[in-house]
Amino acid sequence: MSLRNLRGTLLIGLSILIAFALTVLPLPAWAQAWRPAWVALVLMYWSMAVPERVGVITAWFIGVLLDVLVGTTLGQHALGLAVIACLTVIYHKRLRVFSQLQQGSICAGMLLLYVTLLRIVDRFAGVPVPSVSYLTVVTSALLWPWLFIILRDVRRKGGVR
Amino acid sequence: MFAEGPSVFSRFIVCLVLSFLLIVIDQRQQRLESVRATLAVVLYPIHLVVDFPTTLVRATAEKFSSRRELRAANERLRAENLELRFRMQRYQTLERENERLRALLDTSVMVGQKVLAGELLAVETTPSAHEIIINQGVRSGVFPGQPILDAEGIMGQTVHVNPFSSTAMLITDPRHALSVAVNRSGVRAIAVGTGSMAQLDLNFIPNNADIAEGDLVVSSGMDGVFPAGYPVGVIEVIEFEPTAPFARIKLRPHADLAHAREVLFVWPQTPEQDTPAAVPATEAPAP
Repeated sequence: MSLRNLRGTLLIGLSILIAFALTVLPLPAWAQAWRPAWVALVLMYWSMAVPERVGVITAWFIGVLLDVLVGTTLGQHALGLAVIACLTVIYHKRLRVFSQLQQGSICAGMLLLYVTLLRIVDRFAGVPVPSVSYLTVVTSALLWPWLFIILRDVRRKGGVR
Repeated sequence: MFAEGPSVFSRFIVCLVLSFLLIVIDQRQQRLESVRATLAVVLYPIHLVVDFPTTLVRATAEKFSSRRELRAANERLRAENLELRFRMQRYQTLERENERLRALLDTSVMVGQKVLAGELLAVETTPSAHEIIINQGVRSGVFPGQPILDAEGIMGQTVHVNPFSSTAMLITDPRHALSVAVNRSGVRAIAVGTGSMAQLDLNFIPNNADIAEGDLVVSSGMDGVFPAGYPVGVIEVIEFEPTAPFARIKLRPHADLAHAREVLFVWPQTPEQDTPAAVPATEAPAP
């Protein structure tokens, strides 16, 4: 059981590390605004699938790391991810039975909230140009079904629960 | 298993409060720099992993470049070296003359500055911020607010310094400003970033100032961060508005901000010389 637990933690950690790497991967200038919110998507999946393991606190700590990684105000992404994780954990049972399309639209709604929160913090911190674009919501929502399938396979094969 | 509902909520409230605390502290004070530096060490491998393909491509290209290409490069570098050494001879005499003249005028003498070469990591920070990550940090003596140059001119200054790497803000970042002077006439101004890699705004130059398109703008050293006399940019557009107190002037950065891979960290003059009173930072609030 504990071995299985450890493997699950490793898999979740690895998926988040990959999301981190994708977040800082260099992209051509025109594509930067369209970069999906990888970490938010991956966290959303895990807090829907295994809310006992990945919840608000985990999301918050990952958010602080993300802030350090991309050099934003400390606490900015932490706040956004904590809000997303909180909503997902509360509604995880309903989210699980939704169709892909419904999940995708809920995902878009939550990311809209996420980006808005990040931009409010930007405004508060006096950052002249917002650190995220609303275009990420579009790409992230379109990406959700594929990410969902991939991570579901990972969860089943790896026996994460 | 945890009960859902209040437990999630209470945890959420804790996170909310912690986030606000972090945001406020990070915004108002510099106390969280050590936290940031510590966490950055943990995350540095991610930067290296993402940078790896770029490094690999470069390394492979170098390995497979032909003998002829290498000879050509060697020849070109020899010619360039010869030319630079020739210019250096003249520069040394000029420097000595300058020193002598400054001594006559009884002003402080600026001599050779310590530099350190660093290499950019091919990783990105937030899309809007003009920030770069360089593979030199505290262990090489880099400090926050240190000027960064490339072969062509001033690039920016460090903002976060971690043990193995550092984050630098480019002069084109909208949050950045530095004190400059027009090389030809000595008119002083502030060069503010615009968010575009190819443009800087030159603020606070009166309409009647002696300034022309094509003038070289160099750092004035008056901000206490950047050493004086290094090229910042070339004046591209001047628009005089009779009603406005200042001219609208646009500057094209001299440094190759978008493509440079090797950068130089510069240390200010050695402490035994009398430096002008240091201004803590050149970062201006949102223009």
